[in-house]
Amino acid sequence: MRQTRRTLALRYLLVALALIFFLFPIYWLVAISLKTPDEIFASPPIWIPGQIQFQNYAVLFKDGDVWTIWNSLVVATISTVVAMLLGTMCAYSMARFRTGGDHFAMWVISNRMIPPIVIVFPVFLLYVKLGWVDTRLGLIVLYTAFNLPYVIWMMRGYIQDVPIELEESALVDGCSRLQTFRLIVLPVIRGGLFATAVFTFVFAWNEFVFALVLTRSDATTFPVQVTHYFGGQSNFWAKIAAMSTLGTIPIFIAVAMLQKFLVRGVSMGAVKG
Amino acid sequence: MSGAARQAFVSRRFRYGMVWPAVLVILLIGLFPIVYTAIVSFQNIDMFGEDTSFQGGMHYARLMSDARFWQSVLHTLIFLVVALPLELVLGLLLALLFLDRLPGKQIFVALLILPVVTSPIIAGSTWRLLFDNRYGPINQMISWITGEPATVLWTVNPVYVYPAILLAEVWQWTPFMFLLLLAGLSNVDQSLNEAAELDGAGFWKTFWYVTLPIIKPVILIACLIRALDLFRLFDVIWALTRGGPGTMTETVSIYAYVLAFKQFETSYAAAIAVVIIVLLSLVVMAALRRVEFAR
Repeated sequence: MRQTRRTLALRYLLVALALIFFLFPIYWLVAISLKTPDEIFASPPIWIPGQIQFQNYAVLFKDGDVWTIWNSLVVATISTVVAMLLGTMCAYSMARFRTGGDHFAMWVISNRMIPPIVIVFPVFLLYVKLGWVDTRLGLIVLYTAFNLPYVIWMMRGYIQDVPIELEESALVDGCSRLQTFRLIVLPVIRGGLFATAVFTFVFAWNEFVFALVLTRSDATTFPVQVTHYFGGQSNFWAKIAAMSTLGTIPIFIAVAMLQKFLVRGVSMGAVKG
Repeated sequence: MSGAARQAFVSRRFRYGMVWPAVLVILLIGLFPIVYTAIVSFQNIDMFGEDTSFQGGMHYARLMSDARFWQSVLHTLIFLVVALPLELVLGLLLALLFLDRLPGKQIFVALLILPVVTSPIIAGSTWRLLFDNRYGPINQMISWITGEPATVLWTVNPVYVYPAILLAEVWQWTPFMFLLLLAGLSNVDQSLNEAAELDGAGFWKTFWYVTLPIIKPVILIACLIRALDLFRLFDVIWALTRGGPGTMTETVSIYAYVLAFKQFETSYAAAIAVVIIVLLSLVVMAALRRVEFAR
């Protein structure tokens, strides 16, 4: 479409306004984490920290609060690996042999739609009996189960995009089914595999309701820890900001690496970017 | 076994062998909770007594006349009905802004999408700091405009809690709509638009009659995903108000949480869980068929 310099300038202006609106809260959070207590509790608020200092982060390490980041990392990593492994196998069978048919595929994805509070309630009662409450194992198992439908659904889509002729020629050449899967299919879909793993990881990393109910102290993940800093009388502003920043920046970096898969990843494969 | 039969057997074993480990794990969330909550909902369990006798539909009857439950349903619907259209329209306008050639587009999109991948509990906490009546920048900005000190208690005052929560919610999820709609719009064949404009249709007319019908499937899917998320809204409100003041911003999920884990009304909470599952299954099934989610 034709556009004059003026309309282009106007569009840039509007884009700039949108960027300010959507990035300002993130900036504010990071800014607080770098402020001194005096600057945090200045009224009216100070917009730019006077001298950058990392004391607020140092306190997190000194008090041992970063333990909750470690918990998040362990739980999210292991549950992602297991879900990717089981889910991709299942997706391959569904994509190539139509195992279970459309109804099975629908059932799989519908499990992702159940509100977490409805799932976590009976799971909590079960975990009490198993002694799994406040253990990382309990969270890992639940996150694996909750992420599996997403992994299966996404990987089924990526595998369906692989031309079946590739596999047929490998089978003719004497490869077994499992070899075809490992040597032909997996390399072709590695981009989708990686993107799906990152989204699965981000979900487990960001999740709150399951962690809120199923942890007390030992297995607390970082989102739950952040809510502990809000007190009835006063809030621990420095810790809130530092812990939130610490838990958010890695996610931003991970997502920045997979722009190409972003649309497909967040739309559950329904929209291909 | 003959060669062919053997091959069929091996291939069958392979097919199902690949599927069952995943299915077993999914049953933990897909079958066990429904069966278990259904059983518990007909019993009379709380965390204090030893009584586990079956009570028939007692808890379901109680549910019907529980004003707090119906209010939580109403709150959930309010968030859904206000936030969803706002996110859709803002996301669509934002997407239109990016449609033509715009140097630096990729970087802008990458930056705009950051709220979506932020943990909702962190997003809510961040907004709580922004809304703080003394140390937050929002009251400060208001005072710039009005010229006098602003002391709005955003997360406490009944008049302002809904706008506060909705602002945080719309901030976090408008970029999601934007991303999906931009992808949908980018796939629209430009020659169609040009043909319409040659025929004398203006920009908005072309958009309404040509572009919109083409991206309708994308809009429906984006709305379905967001509607399901809003239906179980918990995190943002928990961070901002914990359902307060009083129970003013309590959603169904928050009420179920409070019942189960603060008041320890195990069986009653189970009854609510069953009602949520049944209602949601009906809606989801209908919606999924409509939008042909399975491509």
